[in-house]
Amino acid sequence: MSHHEHHENRHVGRKVWGYRRENGRVGVRNYVAILPVDDISNAACEAVAAHIQGTIALPHAYGRLQFGADLDLHFRTMIGTGANPNVAACIVIGIEPGWTNRIVEGIAKTGKPVAGFWIEGNGDIATIAAASRKAKEFVHWASEQVRVECPLTDLWIAAKCGESDTTTGLASCPTVGNMYDKLIPHGLYGCFGETSELTGAEHLAAARAANDEVRAKFMKTWAAYQTDVIEAHKTSDLSDSQPTKGNIAGGLTTIEEKALGNLEKIGKQVKFIDVLEPAEAPARGNGLYFMDTSSAAAECCTLQAAAGYVLHIFPTGQGNVIGNPIMPVIKVTGNPRTVRLMSEHVDVDVSGVVRREMTIDQAGDALIEMIVRTANGRYTAAEALGHTEFVMTKLYRSA
Amino acid sequence: MASVPHLLVHDRKDNVGVVVVEGLEAGTEMLCVVTEDNSDFRMTSKMAVPIGHKIALVDLEVGDTAIKYGQDIGKVVAAVGKGEHVHTHNLKTKRW
Repeated sequence: MSHHEHHENRHVGRKVWGYRRENGRVGVRNYVAILPVDDISNAACEAVAAHIQGTIALPHAYGRLQFGADLDLHFRTMIGTGANPNVAACIVIGIEPGWTNRIVEGIAKTGKPVAGFWIEGNGDIATIAAASRKAKEFVHWASEQVRVECPLTDLWIAAKCGESDTTTGLASCPTVGNMYDKLIPHGLYGCFGETSELTGAEHLAAARAANDEVRAKFMKTWAAYQTDVIEAHKTSDLSDSQPTKGNIAGGLTTIEEKALGNLEKIGKQVKFIDVLEPAEAPARGNGLYFMDTSSAAAECCTLQAAAGYVLHIFPTGQGNVIGNPIMPVIKVTGNPRTVRLMSEHVDVDVSGVVRREMTIDQAGDALIEMIVRTANGRYTAAEALGHTEFVMTKLYRSA
Repeated sequence: MASVPHLLVHDRKDNVGVVVVEGLEAGTEMLCVVTEDNSDFRMTSKMAVPIGHKIALVDLEVGDTAIKYGQDIGKVVAAVGKGEHVHTHNLKTKRW
């Protein structure tokens, strides 16, 4: 116990240099985002981003004729992305003013600068000119924001693993779990997801719910995916998709084995306090949250960023190269072969764990060091390599 | 424990372990470590098995359950001898 407390004391009270936003949240990046409401506004957004330095466009494939829960998710993802504390200011461009203004008003609740533009009646060229003028104003403003000291545990840090193999369950996922066990009790917000990928470990996940209400909500969400998605759509068993070909090449044989390794990410002690819809912002205070997400890396990361998470920890075995445009993704691997062959993608090498040269406790500490450095501004491997995968989750066909 | 293990086992109840070195050859007298309690034992590999892949710690018969993390990870669908490679050719999910 004293050993464990020693480590807690070492990390609690630590500071990072972040951007304290208007709503009190802490960001670790300072983007001016150019956000399309819909697919046909991508070109205008990309033109603005090409013209005004210091901005990023977030093109995506959707936003037309969606309805019901799928449309709700679209708005939640758009508004949440613009509202993320890593975004200093946001330009929203849509084909028409109705949905554009709905997204602008949602982002404006954070207090950050946001402005909307629409193309119908104006054309691309006039829209790009007007949006560029406002984007330039936002860039001048954002570039004068300064980092201030903030508690490390004010960060919201999500996790998801990918191209997993047997080393993720031995080393990189327990490293994330160790970090969560050390920081969540002291104020951190955490998040895990991957609904289908808990199959085989759902009983262990359920046991980590904070109370019976959360446990029932979790089991309902997990079971709904089994019946509404898998049973409704599968054409054979899922053994060619989950585990993936990469997982199998890495030695994982079954979904149960993969799920048990995946669940190592939530550590040994911390309980999850709520079950979130995709892209839903946590609302029960600091703690660990489960989000109902796909297990595909870009979809999951995009949803977690839209929920407000500002950093992401991504354990990988075989070497998933995922990044996100607004949320730094820190790669952790415990596979010595991946370190040897793909070192440019690795931020935290915990392969010492499988050689028994490094304990999980030491690996967790190494991850926390990289979290602090990344929060302070260090580019992740994915940032340096230009990985900006932004993939919206779509629940069903549009009208 | 000074030397680097060849095989890691999560839990004492497990009947499979994970190769954690590259280029493991058949006939290697492996150092096997149980991560749960850091205990170790020796066992001989019967096959060349890639890093990350599993080796049976005991003889497994068709219908047996493979145990890893102390948990059920699927059913054995072809007999596996102690020291042999366990993967998709002899182990299958019980779920889908």
